Amino acid sequence: MELTLAIAIGALTGSGVWLIQRPRTYQVIIGLSLLSYAVNLFIFSMGRLRIGAAPVLGQGGTVNPADYADPVPQALVLTAIVIGFATTALFLVVLLASRGLTGSDHVDGREPR
Amino acid sequence: MGWSQHLLIAPILLPLATGATLLLFDERRHVLKAGLNFVSTLMFLALSIALLRLADAPPAEAEALTRSYALGNWPAPFGIVLVLDRLSALMLLLSAVLAIASLVFSLARWHKAGPHFHTLFQFLLMGLGGAFLTGDLFNLFVFFEVLLAASYGLMLHGSGVFRVRAGLHYIAVNLAASLLFLIGVSLVYGVTGTLNMADLAVRLPGVADEDRMLLEAGVAILGVAFLVKAGMWPLCFWLPAAYMAAAAPVAALFAVLSKVGVYVLLRLTLLLFGSEAGALTGFGGPVLLFGGMATVAFGAFGVLASQAMGRLAGYSLLVSSGTLLAAVGMGDTAVVSGALFYMVSSTLTISALFLLIELVERAQEPGADLLTVTMEAYGDEVEAEEDEEEEVGVVMPGALAILGVCFGCIALLLAGLPPLSGFIAKFALLTAMLNLDGLGAPADIPARTWVLAALLILSGLAALLSMMRTGIRTFWAPLEVIVPRVLVVEVAPIIMLIGLCFALTVQGGALMGYTDATARSLHSPGGYISSVLPKAGVDDGAGEAAQ
Repeated sequence: MELTLAIAIGALTGSGVWLIQRPRTYQVIIGLSLLSYAVNLFIFSMGRLRIGAAPVLGQGGTVNPADYADPVPQALVLTAIVIGFATTALFLVVLLASRGLTGSDHVDGREPR
Repeated sequence: MGWSQHLLIAPILLPLATGATLLLFDERRHVLKAGLNFVSTLMFLALSIALLRLADAPPAEAEALTRSYALGNWPAPFGIVLVLDRLSALMLLLSAVLAIASLVFSLARWHKAGPHFHTLFQFLLMGLGGAFLTGDLFNLFVFFEVLLAASYGLMLHGSGVFRVRAGLHYIAVNLAASLLFLIGVSLVYGVTGTLNMADLAVRLPGVADEDRMLLEAGVAILGVAFLVKAGMWPLCFWLPAAYMAAAAPVAALFAVLSKVGVYVLLRLTLLLFGSEAGALTGFGGPVLLFGGMATVAFGAFGVLASQAMGRLAGYSLLVSSGTLLAAVGMGDTAVVSGALFYMVSSTLTISALFLLIELVERAQEPGADLLTVTMEAYGDEVEAEEDEEEEVGVVMPGALAILGVCFGCIALLLAGLPPLSGFIAKFALLTAMLNLDGLGAPADIPARTWVLAALLILSGLAALLSMMRTGIRTFWAPLEVIVPRVLVVEVAPIIMLIGLCFALTVQGGALMGYTDATARSLHSPGGYISSVLPKAGVDDGAGEAAQ
């Protein structure tokens, strides 16, 4: 599982980094989305990989923390997803504005000569 | 204690409530909106003054100068805390002052240039308040995003091709930096298991050797995210263009945004990698020092090469943040104290410069900026000799005279020349660096300190040259005198900011005392840690068992 996750994060990051260096705004926004997926997965992995362990403690009795997954990274990911979506949506609006104002989807607002 | 304890959260709640309320009103009722925003910003200023007094209370009155506020009353390492100390109070006051100046300026016409200016303005204040007060890394991220999201909106305020193009780059760079921030935070969490800064400082010396590399990588990635905001040399290419494109009041407020990055670096470096951090002591210091020096050099060249005044202001901002980064990198108490003084003075100056630029540009014909640089290069002696006679009797128009005096004051402040606070700031920095206390043997001063001192002085010279060049072309010998239409509301904030710099000169001792105390408490993070974690080190185990 570690290998699968590592490869997934690596592939997402690699594609994301490549895409945000492209000259078209659409590629940049897709690159940023891929990067934020990679980052979210990465935050998850920082709570250590556990299979079948619940993050929420049950009621009553003594609890053994070793039986549970770390809940903090999951809370962090939730926040990061919300913020990531909001900022990506905002970026999309600016991208459309730029496309409308400059008539070009190049990141510099004009085609290279 | 009583309700004064709850003052800590007010700088976040007040702008949030005002910003949300402003959304309810129709965009056409801008008088009402501006009024509400103004009242709220004044209250923010009053709050930050109250917090400053709280943080600077004499030791007899409160044993811990650092105050923490546990949200929802959850104990510190588990719950979210807000922390107030001298540094955060100073930063809050600085942002509040800039906010007032920029808001008053915008009332002339800018606030009508696009929808939701006032709301975004308040949300930016909320982000700033939160970022300065939070005691927890992840909340720092959240408040960073709040202030960045508001700044994206403000950056585009007024629209136009130029602004949208620069805004696109600004947003993309900051989004990428935010992702780095998240990676850094999660790496730090993965190694230490905590996000609370004070708890982190306690746990860092105990990190196992094999995990240290991972931790250092995490902190370094985190640092890159802040360095992008602070504009350290290779990471600052976006800054001058973005700040130049932003509307004048927005750019004036943005002057404090780059200081947020510096603030976080200052706080984290001294808290986490102070003298008690074991193997991690001084981590990152050389990077900040040499990076800061490179930034000062780059900024000084940029200042000299700038053809537009907006760009000049942007590069001056780089010089100022480079100086601060280098000072943080030196990690010496006296240097940090001087740097804090410099931060206050230079932020006020650059903010005033951004505001002034718009007024000055009304007095210039298009393309005059370009001429200031190119005319000297290609020579204009023939022309100059011819109209020497005529210009004797030219009277400077009133508005232009006021702007000229302001411009001169700003030039003196930027260059760090004697009568104004820029000089005191630079002098304090240089004295601390060269440690002239005893005038003992200066032989043990390392070469890099001399280089930094030289860079500081040369960057002042560059600023002076560049400002003189622009000033002569604009005020002294303009090709064509255009009397700008300037409203009192527009000049008043500039005069206020410059007046504050005068006040800093007169009251230099008071501020110096404050920054000295700030630097001392930053260098002994024990007080910070013990006030955030009341049980730290005493009955840690018992406290956790009781939960």
